[in-house]
Amino acid sequence: MDVLSFVIVGHVDHGKSTLIGRLLYDTDSLPPDKIEDVQKASAEAGRETEFAFLLDHLEEERKQGITIDTTQVFFKTDTRRYVIIDAPGHVEFVKNMITGASQAEAAVLIIDVAEGVKEQTKRHSYMLSLLGLRQVVVVLNKMDLVDFSQERFDIVTRDVADWLKSISIDPTFYIPISAIKGDNIARKSENMPWYTGRTFLESLHTLQNRQSPEDKPLLMPIQDVYKIGGKRISVGRVESGIIEKGAEVKILPMGRITKINSIEKYLEETNKAIASECIGITTTDSVFLDRGNVVCLPGAEPVLTYRIPANIFWMTKHDFRKDRKLTIRCATQETICKVESIDKRIDSSTLAVIAENSDKIRNLEVAEVIIKTKKPVAIKDFNDVQELGRFVLVQNENICAGGIITDIS
Amino acid sequence: MNYRINQLDKLENQSIFIIREAYSQFRNVAMLWSIGKDSTTLLWLVRKAFFGLIPFPVLHIDTTYKFKEIYDFRDKYTKEWDLNLVVAKNQEAISKEIGPDKGKFRCCNELKTVALKKAIAKHGFKALYLGIRRDEHGIRAKERFFSPRDEDFEWDYKNQPPELWDQYKTKAAEEEHLRVHPLLGWREIDIWEYIKRENIPVVDLYFAKNGKRYRSIGCETCCMPVDSDSDTIDKVVEELKVSKISERSGRAQDKEDDYMMQKLRSLGYM
Repeated sequence: MDVLSFVIVGHVDHGKSTLIGRLLYDTDSLPPDKIEDVQKASAEAGRETEFAFLLDHLEEERKQGITIDTTQVFFKTDTRRYVIIDAPGHVEFVKNMITGASQAEAAVLIIDVAEGVKEQTKRHSYMLSLLGLRQVVVVLNKMDLVDFSQERFDIVTRDVADWLKSISIDPTFYIPISAIKGDNIARKSENMPWYTGRTFLESLHTLQNRQSPEDKPLLMPIQDVYKIGGKRISVGRVESGIIEKGAEVKILPMGRITKINSIEKYLEETNKAIASECIGITTTDSVFLDRGNVVCLPGAEPVLTYRIPANIFWMTKHDFRKDRKLTIRCATQETICKVESIDKRIDSSTLAVIAENSDKIRNLEVAEVIIKTKKPVAIKDFNDVQELGRFVLVQNENICAGGIITDIS
Repeated sequence: MNYRINQLDKLENQSIFIIREAYSQFRNVAMLWSIGKDSTTLLWLVRKAFFGLIPFPVLHIDTTYKFKEIYDFRDKYTKEWDLNLVVAKNQEAISKEIGPDKGKFRCCNELKTVALKKAIAKHGFKALYLGIRRDEHGIRAKERFFSPRDEDFEWDYKNQPPELWDQYKTKAAEEEHLRVHPLLGWREIDIWEYIKRENIPVVDLYFAKNGKRYRSIGCETCCMPVDSDSDTIDKVVEELKVSKISERSGRAQDKEDDYMMQKLRSLGYM
């Protein structure tokens, strides 16, 4: 059975954890002892059954009624299994939201219909757009608070649609729901006869899995080299395309051409491997491969460069100053780098340009930059092969930014 | 394409990728083997990742309260798989006769967490592989694949590092060691389907005798069997497809207090 992972994002208190709790409850996905646990904890906190407690497991989360860190839970229907990634909505925890979203294939944007579009609604959806998550379902929650009014639903839907259009997201559905009461979650609501579209659960069935780029030219970044019984086995994951025994390949950055002598998997005989497989290889001549080398096909190489134009999102509390050195990690490639220019700084919740030709970047800002690396890096356009079109920046052993490469020529 | 990557292959590849990333970064590592089904599956994946020759020790934290079957299984496969087994005990606490009767929180903390601390101090491991999974417990669902611990072994769960696109945390000076969790994305039923597919040996306690079997094993004193007639792997898989009982319903650590698991884990528990 296929598995699809989706993340739920949106402003704080718009009902992400409650929606997930309700979905699990209405689809009969919860063990009785978990329901009891939640009822007990809710009673102790002096509340009605709080579905959000199914996910908000930390003591602090339950006492403050907010989600602090991203959580993943599993659930299944007759046709498919799902991994639901809950992401915190508070501005304080955007890096946790990004962590959650980076592991998803689709996204659900939740909006409190009484409050309308808020700061994190915008920031989160902009991050989805940057991360390449364009498969989005929008749910307008808390319809019970506006008497299930179609007029209110239409007004907020128009606002959301305008915003999403500006960041190139075209949602598949807009669904009016009440997570707390269960309207249009797993069952069609009787309170909104004017809505004839899908329930939230039905909308999930339409989401598509992300395909591994098997049909693209071969790219295999080397992770490590092991000496096993006199053989040097270079291990790594095939990120795109197919690798076959006997194939002529090129090793970047050195540019050596060699042939694949064997594909190595423990206790398995195999002559080929496809995108997403972790394998080992040996070559016909004694080429010394190393971590960070990229195996590709001659004539279909990625771009090898010292200059990377990219959009980065800064996600640490310390401001970045332009003269500071960073480490860039793209797949298994790693090198020291500097930011040559900060062409634009963008407010991630309004898209307003904060500054041009700047010398710093602040927490939660998105910036258009040119990165200058010490060693050459093999890159691809993010829309072509994501695995080599994205990277992280590291400072003092902490990941401080993510980056997307979309403009290489 | 003449073959497809199925869900178990995806999980296997993800785990092997993580295992190799951690070794590439730290070299001085060890893996925790509780001899249960999850860490035995992890051991299987580690053997695959390194082509049968595991380049680091396999660490068993021995509380001395484990089932006899666990010790027998450990000794048999240590030999058969040629493992570099390190057994760690908190001898001081054991000679003081610390046990579950002195309080479960104290017992778990002394005999597991403190024993682990001592072993890390002695061997200087920079990272530890653990077989925990998100679907086991709400607190574990919040974990990262690479999760730093400070010098007091504390897990700063309110300020976890970002983790995106298979780029993981590297070790900073103030961090004591990193926990590496290659099985985080596996569910209980995935583990069993993989055990079946790969023919991985597991301790007999998981199979029903006289209408009872263990779904989760640890210390004999703090594990309760569940009602079950599943005496083969196939029957266990079928049972899990319909069962609504939580996996750890027989584990005492999860029961005593709502936040006991959170408190144990923030002090360095697995």
